[in-house]
Amino acid sequence: MSDVLTVMGPLLRPVSNSDLAAVGFGESLAARSGGALDILILGPTTEDNERALVHLGVRNVYLLRHADLESYTAEAYASAVVAFVKDHRYQVIGAVSSSSAREFFPRTAAMLDVPMASDVFAVESLEPERAVFTHAVFVGNLLAAVELRGPMSLATCRASEFQAPKRVEQVSPVRRVTVSEALGHERKRFVAASRTQSARPELTEAEIVVSAGRGIKGPDEGLPLVEKLADIFGAAVGATRAVVDAGWMPNEYQVGQTGKVVAPQLYLAIGLSGAIQHVSGMRSSRTIVAINKDPEAPIFDVADYGLVMDLFEAVPELIQAIGGARH
Amino acid sequence: MKILVTVKRTPQRDSRINVASGGTLAMESIEFEINPFDELAVEEAIRLKESRGAEVVVVTVGGEVCRRQLLSAMAMGPDRAIRVDAGEALDSLQIAKCLAEVARREAPDLVLSGKLAIDDEGAQIPAMLAALLGWPQANQASKIELSPDGKVAEVVCEVDAGLETVEVTLPALVTADLRLNEPRYASLPGIMKAKKKPMEVIPFDEIPDSGATRSAVIGYRALPPKPPGRSLGGVDELVEILSEKKLI
Repeated sequence: MSDVLTVMGPLLRPVSNSDLAAVGFGESLAARSGGALDILILGPTTEDNERALVHLGVRNVYLLRHADLESYTAEAYASAVVAFVKDHRYQVIGAVSSSSAREFFPRTAAMLDVPMASDVFAVESLEPERAVFTHAVFVGNLLAAVELRGPMSLATCRASEFQAPKRVEQVSPVRRVTVSEALGHERKRFVAASRTQSARPELTEAEIVVSAGRGIKGPDEGLPLVEKLADIFGAAVGATRAVVDAGWMPNEYQVGQTGKVVAPQLYLAIGLSGAIQHVSGMRSSRTIVAINKDPEAPIFDVADYGLVMDLFEAVPELIQAIGGARH
Repeated sequence: MKILVTVKRTPQRDSRINVASGGTLAMESIEFEINPFDELAVEEAIRLKESRGAEVVVVTVGGEVCRRQLLSAMAMGPDRAIRVDAGEALDSLQIAKCLAEVARREAPDLVLSGKLAIDDEGAQIPAMLAALLGWPQANQASKIELSPDGKVAEVVCEVDAGLETVEVTLPALVTADLRLNEPRYASLPGIMKAKKKPMEVIPFDEIPDSGATRSAVIGYRALPPKPPGRSLGGVDELVEILSEKKLI
């Protein structure tokens, strides 16, 4: 009963650092409980991903394919976890925080009638019948220790706070599982997904993120500067709520309470004020550099390095100075 | 149609909450309001009421103190309110069970909720509620479009990869994200009218199978303080630092 399960999927894109962080989270739980760690991949995946996941030192890699899991719906993914754990016993079932886990994990918890912790920063303790997790509250301003009681619990983890497990030579067995019953909900239908194609790295995976705030003034004014700077660094581009609300950039670029949580080596905050909702999504970045002409902007309270300067002067100068160094 | 909107009383946005001795929260001088994401859900319900006619019921789980937030919600336009009279110690699954009981009694076509509450940021209750009811759900909606017969909702959801469109046949639960709408301010007549609207109280002991409390915060602490940053004289200095750190 002390075993741990990490759930992921659908995994058609390559395994990401966030997926590996979820395995690292599972590993740290199993180390405390003294149990084994398994991975469950829901829905379609690739052989490359299977190969990547069998070298992480886990006991089993389970693959659950089902017609209802081919495109993601919260209803089918929750039912799949419930069906899987009928034959397997786990103390903690974990996943990485994501827009999908945010909807299908609480759904699963209610179906199993077990407690859940969201967006865990750290595991404080794990005993039989009791788990204590750290979780950020009040827009990331405080940490709360959340105690869950009972033989089983669910938890999502914050990717930036957990490390990928070390690669091992030993190969975990891959076990295919089938579920015969229908998993989807007859009143839910996936219609379409749309995303902006970009050659830049994924926001949550990038080593460097260049983020734009309202100070860029518009899609034709400061945005090209921010994008050019990002390309010199090989960086991902991020945005504040104001920039997305104005329609200057699509929603998947937003960093913060709404949007993504990032923790790159370098976070360059360009012309953004640093509202707490934004800061809660980038606070864990290794080095934060802020460029803003307003010396009172709250972003300077979290920045490691602050440059009080108009971005329309500073960014071109920076592009010129480092453009040569990079190429 | 009937729409049930879940609301939570949360500290005013941008309030600065400190940790008191013993790891509790210092809440003495904190003002409360409706959770901003729930306000978006209320607004969406009123827009549906205005465009196609609907009865809108707001519901919360909490003590007598939540009356004010129910009144503020009703001042925006809903027809009535329900409060499940419960203490603060319930966990999210128990609150979802309270809301599920209200949904069973009211039999709404649509439940609207905020995508998260800005205090504990658990974002668990709406999905738990949908599961308890056996209903489909659509999370983090930026657009909700009802079919002309009012039986199907097409919902655009903000997901990590961009936007995703799903279709749910009612009854269903939808959570509101930031870009769903812009909540209105209550008008003075709206505030006056709200005082006369019915507010039902359901005692907690009428909730069947609410179960034990199995999740609780056992202590809060502040984040470790961050050392003050360094103010740079110009772009040259920034370039120097970035090279020192081997970031360029």
